[in-house]
Amino acid sequence: MNDAKPMNGYDVQALRRDFPILSRQVHGRPLAYLDNAASAQKPKAVIDAMTEFLTSEYANVHRGVHYLSGAATERYEEARRRIQRFLNAACEDEIIYTKGGTEAINLVASSYLSPRIEPGDEIVLSVMEHHSNIVPWHFLRERQGAVLKWVDVSDLGELDPGDVAHAITPRTKLVAISHMSNVLGTKTDLREIVRLAHERGVPVLADGCQGAVHGSVDVRALDIDFYAITGHKLYGPTGIGAMYAKRAHLKAMRPYQGGGEMIREVTREKVTYADAPMRFEAGTPPIVQTVGLAAALDYLDDIGRERIAAHEMELAQVAARKLKNMNGVRIIGEAPDKGPIISFEAIGIHAHDLATILDREGVAVRGGHHCAQPLMERFNVAGTARASFGLYNTMDEVDALIAAVGEARKVFG
Amino acid sequence: MDQNLRELYQEIILDHSRHPRHFGALDAANHVAEGHNPLCGDRVKVYLQVNSDDRISDVSFEGRGCAISVASASLMTDLLKGRSIADAEKLMGGFLHLVKGEDAAGLPADDREQLEVMAGVSAFPMRVKCATLAWHAMKAALENQGAAKTE
Repeated sequence: MNDAKPMNGYDVQALRRDFPILSRQVHGRPLAYLDNAASAQKPKAVIDAMTEFLTSEYANVHRGVHYLSGAATERYEEARRRIQRFLNAACEDEIIYTKGGTEAINLVASSYLSPRIEPGDEIVLSVMEHHSNIVPWHFLRERQGAVLKWVDVSDLGELDPGDVAHAITPRTKLVAISHMSNVLGTKTDLREIVRLAHERGVPVLADGCQGAVHGSVDVRALDIDFYAITGHKLYGPTGIGAMYAKRAHLKAMRPYQGGGEMIREVTREKVTYADAPMRFEAGTPPIVQTVGLAAALDYLDDIGRERIAAHEMELAQVAARKLKNMNGVRIIGEAPDKGPIISFEAIGIHAHDLATILDREGVAVRGGHHCAQPLMERFNVAGTARASFGLYNTMDEVDALIAAVGEARKVFG
Repeated sequence: MDQNLRELYQEIILDHSRHPRHFGALDAANHVAEGHNPLCGDRVKVYLQVNSDDRISDVSFEGRGCAISVASASLMTDLLKGRSIADAEKLMGGFLHLVKGEDAAGLPADDREQLEVMAGVSAFPMRVKCATLAWHAMKAALENQGAAKTE
């Protein structure tokens, strides 16, 4: 047993007991859940927090004067402050709830950038963006004549901040870059990218859906303009995410969706809007999910985000080394600074065949284009298999992955 | 390795995927359609040459995909060559039953035997659309729709 003894005081077996789903079997095998980049499993602390809130404190928020409405509103706003602390934002009003990372980026595209785009204006993005950080900008290209300027990555998957700066012209209105690639695992040097972009007067949006999961994020130290996160990859529930936006930008952003909660006054003739964050949160929000996300962030910080990241990276590095030593296996994404996400290709085996065979061995990985088709094109692959590690994964699961890839190689000869 | 997996990736399937029959464009084709699975990015283009007596005198396919989708396309072209359009539709109906784990009653024994090598897919519901992609493209080609999608 590799995992009998805690490594550096990190007791992964104790942590695993916090996640009820990890004790189940799949196809009669122990589950090795290595699809954390798609979504993470939920600890009991998150499940219980939502159940208890629904059981004893639930009501709609910002509406009633009755006791429960006040209690629910307090929990809802407390969760906002929890996210503020998680990202080290200057004030809670800079945290806008969204249903996830996708909506967060769409919010910026629609409320911030769209009114600023004239035909020919440019948006700079990298080839390793997730579709959620591509398609909202394509909308502006289709509808308003914006031009997308693509920054390539190296064969190892590194993004040179100098290349980003080089792509910026006087017509650039935004740089949109992932904090960590969901395919290659590459960590981008956001601080340097922001510095170079700001020198040229251009704001930067970071897709933090992976980056916020594997290490600490300090939006003030980064001096980033917009930072998107999603709850379900942070061991919280689905249906909740957030956009951090600098206060100065929020003041100059038009409303997003129209409806209840986002107004100051509505008459037959006109409407005036609430300030941020309410201005961007029309309708009844995902109240229960905010409580779950706050519990997830507490859970992560209780363990320590840097300790989690160190554990995950130890597993990922061993897995990458072992995969690389196998015949006919190619790793895609070997940037020196990367997170615990490994994309690989078994030569002659399509990613979906590989994922199917691994699944029968109890090993859950993702196979396909990972919502990053421009990147697949860049590396000239139809798709990859991807193993992504979370705080509860073990060295035994790394071994299960390697054994299962070996099985697949046997099947395909 | 478990029995379901062994059945899915049996030798004849692997052989079709490694050495697909009738692979490549068909210049004489008068019906062509592309099948696209947007979830995995797999694509297959099916070419049919249909004679005036509604017989498929030649057929081919090209594209990229997993072993299941390529093998299924290859097997399909083997079966369709020389058959009538009515036969092609009957074969497709039977095939769709087979990959969903249902009985392909109504198919001649010969056809059923050939198609049955794909029946292992029925144990893998997530993979059924891989197996049916080429067939949907074939149908779209016959109906001159140009494109088929599986979702």
